[in-house]
Amino acid sequence: MREVTSERTAHPVLIFWILAGWVGFLLLPWYGIEDGFFSFGWLLDGYPTDTDYAPAAFLVAQGEKTWLAPLLLPLLAPLLVLRRRKTDPAYAKILIAAGAVGFAWLIAQGFGIGIRGWNFAWLETAFGPLGDRQFGMGYGAMLLASSFLFLFAQGIAARGAINGDVFVVSAVSGIIVIVTVFVFFPIAKLMLAAFITEEGGYSLLVFAAKFTDSRIWSLSCVTGPGRCGAAWNSLFLAVIVGALTTILGLVFALVATRSGFRYKRALRALTVLPIITPPFVIGLAIILLFGLSGSVTGFFSDLFGIRPTRWIYGMPGVMIAQVLAYTPIAFLVLIGVVEGVSPSMEEAAQTLRASRWQVFRTVSLPLMRPGLANAFLLGFIESMADFGNPLVLGGNYDVLSTEIFFAIVGAQYDQSRAAVLAIVLLSFTLGAFYAQRRWLGKKSYTTVSGKGDSGVHPEMPAGLSVPVYTIAAAWAAFTIVIYGMIVYGSFVELWGVRDTLTFKHYLTAFSMRLEDGGIRWTGSAWDSFFTTIKIATIAAPLTAAAGLTTAYLLTRQNFVGRNAFEFGTMLSFAIPGTVIGVSYILAFNVPPIELTGTGVILVISFIFRNMPVGVRAGIASMSQLDKSLDESSLTLGANSWQTFRLVILPLLRPAILAALVYSFVRAMTAISAVIFLVSAEYNMATSYIIGRVENNDYGLAIAYSTTLILVMLTAVGLLQVAVGKTRIGRRTGQRTGQASGD
Amino acid sequence: MTTNMVGIEIKDLHLSFGETEVLTGVNLTIEPGEFFSFLGPSGSGKSTLLRAVAGFGPTPKGQILIGGRDIVDLPPWKRNVGMVFQSYALWPHMSVRDNVAFGLKERKMPVSEIGPRVEAALDLVGLLSMAGRMPNQLSGGQQQRIALARTIVVEPQVLLLDEPLSNLDASLRVQMRRELLALQRKLGLTTIFVTHDQEEANTTSDRMAVLDGGVIQQVGSPQVLYDTPANLFVANFLGTANIIDGVVEKDGAAARFVTKTGDAIAVGDTTVNSGSIVLRPQNISIVAKDSANSISGTVMHREFLGSQIRYLVDAAGTEIVIDQSHVSGETWQDIGAEVSLNINSSAAVVLAS
Repeated sequence: MREVTSERTAHPVLIFWILAGWVGFLLLPWYGIEDGFFSFGWLLDGYPTDTDYAPAAFLVAQGEKTWLAPLLLPLLAPLLVLRRRKTDPAYAKILIAAGAVGFAWLIAQGFGIGIRGWNFAWLETAFGPLGDRQFGMGYGAMLLASSFLFLFAQGIAARGAINGDVFVVSAVSGIIVIVTVFVFFPIAKLMLAAFITEEGGYSLLVFAAKFTDSRIWSLSCVTGPGRCGAAWNSLFLAVIVGALTTILGLVFALVATRSGFRYKRALRALTVLPIITPPFVIGLAIILLFGLSGSVTGFFSDLFGIRPTRWIYGMPGVMIAQVLAYTPIAFLVLIGVVEGVSPSMEEAAQTLRASRWQVFRTVSLPLMRPGLANAFLLGFIESMADFGNPLVLGGNYDVLSTEIFFAIVGAQYDQSRAAVLAIVLLSFTLGAFYAQRRWLGKKSYTTVSGKGDSGVHPEMPAGLSVPVYTIAAAWAAFTIVIYGMIVYGSFVELWGVRDTLTFKHYLTAFSMRLEDGGIRWTGSAWDSFFTTIKIATIAAPLTAAAGLTTAYLLTRQNFVGRNAFEFGTMLSFAIPGTVIGVSYILAFNVPPIELTGTGVILVISFIFRNMPVGVRAGIASMSQLDKSLDESSLTLGANSWQTFRLVILPLLRPAILAALVYSFVRAMTAISAVIFLVSAEYNMATSYIIGRVENNDYGLAIAYSTTLILVMLTAVGLLQVAVGKTRIGRRTGQRTGQASGD
Repeated sequence: MTTNMVGIEIKDLHLSFGETEVLTGVNLTIEPGEFFSFLGPSGSGKSTLLRAVAGFGPTPKGQILIGGRDIVDLPPWKRNVGMVFQSYALWPHMSVRDNVAFGLKERKMPVSEIGPRVEAALDLVGLLSMAGRMPNQLSGGQQQRIALARTIVVEPQVLLLDEPLSNLDASLRVQMRRELLALQRKLGLTTIFVTHDQEEANTTSDRMAVLDGGVIQQVGSPQVLYDTPANLFVANFLGTANIIDGVVEKDGAAARFVTKTGDAIAVGDTTVNSGSIVLRPQNISIVAKDSANSISGTVMHREFLGSQIRYLVDAAGTEIVIDQSHVSGETWQDIGAEVSLNINSSAAVVLAS
């Protein structure tokens, strides 16, 4: 069975992508279709000649969009290599040239021609007025672009890049392109928007004027009764929240690992809470407790005759809500850190006659230092990025994330102000992200070696355990009350006014009727609920696929620019949702990529918001798999794609499941990016709830939130069963540990 | 399952990880059907060289010819080499049968042929009864046999073994290496065996290459390498050696190696003028005082190794290791005893420094 290794001349992958290119050019509608491609209404509505639905070839044949004609050249060129061997230098040259020229031409025509003819004056002077316009690219254009990209990749591989591995080169170039299009391009567009004048030109003065706005940087609240700028408010809030969540997280981590506390498992289960709770729900519960008609407020006003005030609206409320929401994240990070301190180091100190307190102070705590810094930075980033709680509870306390929203959604409609605010916010979070990677990434305080470390962590010193227990118990009780309020509040008719219990809110939201042998979903929440489930279901597998493929490339392949590649794919961690939202609006509401108002843009935003999570999960589990598992498959004749599919993916089942459920759940709870991107047709659960809150319809909002929490609890529970072990807490720990929230 | 045996030729192979060059100008010819070992300390480049033959790691400069065909530019899956790993690398999600059948399926072999071949391969390693098990239900030795079956079932042109015995316990290791050799002889499969364990290399190899610092130090049969090391590294790496510096004095046809302390040892014809003499511990014996061709010294230390007694003797400042075979009931030299050492000069090797 000696393999005869004559170089074949028919390359199936090559033929596939050449065909795909032709299908994109000849058969599929070139431009985006209003009713959506998958309605297939276009098939019966004048296709293929109607210019709305025509494939590029038909457009050109009818003398329309003649700038597409040159694409024929790079489409024809790859046919020349079909009979050539891969080792033939012409094979690589032709593919690289055709792919690059085709792709570049697509980009050039996409950006050169806008909705009002030429986009640049010099093009107009060179070619005269165009008399035609551009539309958003559709599936035909997308398929052709992919074809050019992967033909290019095959050319590069044939020249020997990454040992000539077509699959790996294609995967790397594919991911570079999608990350560029959906992360870097929108951010670049956002940066540009900060310089746009009212006439549509670009000017530094605009940026300077908007950037120095006192509503961003004013410090008058320090000196007098005035209000401070949003930037200072955000920064101040983020520092406090970062510090408090770190302290509380450490307290819980100590209880979970260094005490005789018996319900440690239950304590760890707490860590699932921030994953399944939409971020603003905590804010709602706080209103139920401390709002004008809140239970606590009412209790004190009855008892002491204090007039209820709106004190909770503003800095105190947002801070409490955020600390509640993000303490579990700090706990997750710190539990790993506290456990990571090698017991033998502590035991060594004990044998040298250090007391428990001395051990803790001189050995344990210093070893935890980088973990504490990490937890602080995460709390900082989460607070900066949080949108839901400031929106619900912020009152007059302006923070950057909500200011961005009001700049673009409110009456102001000031894109460049939104862009400037987004840049300020982005520089804070990127700064923290950068500090975390550069400063913490280099220091190694890891004390866990590969060798089994059979020691037991000493318990906390007594002087420490009393305050730790007290704080932990108080905070745990508070958390329980908060979640209790959410469930209870969903059954109260009108909070603070009519306290009768009722199913009214659930019925309004989720009623249904049997009618004509079918179910009619009469509840007001069903629309957004189904949309959310649908979008989340589509986004989850794509997110997992993109994340795991990236993780595979990062752990298993070595290529030039790998570090930049990693940085680029992890960057969206640090981009707050509001910034993503604004930048997507700016980037994708005009051709060549016109996506606003569609479901696709929601799916895409979820993929790139949550992809880093899949990357982390994939890297964590792939580094557990010995490389020889792939290598033995490779020597047995499976190429890298077959190895990925037959060996690596099956072994990654737990990671895949976790990534799937996690991205599903994140897609259901996200609000910050979503609120910019929803449309009448595609409304999501979270933005529907926020809408109810703004109408003071708290009952419905809370009932809906409770339902969402239950749905997601079920999803996470099913995952636990599927994966078998209760490792979700720790795993998601590594992931949310890095996530920038909503 | 006999194969057409092919040879391997490595010509002027250079390989670097980034800036660091790990293989520098490797030239090597491995005969068809040969059991060939790469032996060296960790970091010597032996595994890197093996992995370059398999197609892993950075693409090297130079040529690797298998059966006359240069494979340097081919990806691993087109090379038709089989590799067995230290970690066994059985896929935990597949049964033993599926593991072994994997390579055949990848080669698009008809299902009707796969079954008998898998069974033949499992039979060959004596584990046919384990076909339905999962890898984690097998012992380490069994797993390594399955890994071997998985590799040979596809009838590779070359078998590459990357420290395949290192994860096994000592007694199993001895048994496995015999089985491995028997199997290799039966299949006539050209084999490269990477190990840091010289006993493993000595007992199995037809020939071996000793590597250090990415450079091949010497190639030859185990006996040639042990008896006539080409340089001090090989002398030191294989077994225990007493290495004493000095000069060669010639008197007509006779030559003497004179150590720095003035002791003279008769040696055979040599072109070396000054350098080192390599003396294996078992080629030195403790004799009655002041006999001819002897060096006197003091016993400093004594170790009982079972079949041998190892003495450490101080001969005017030079420490010399001597192995004497142990005969039951014999009396040993005491620590501090003044002794004379007789050197079997025909076994001495003189190396230029």
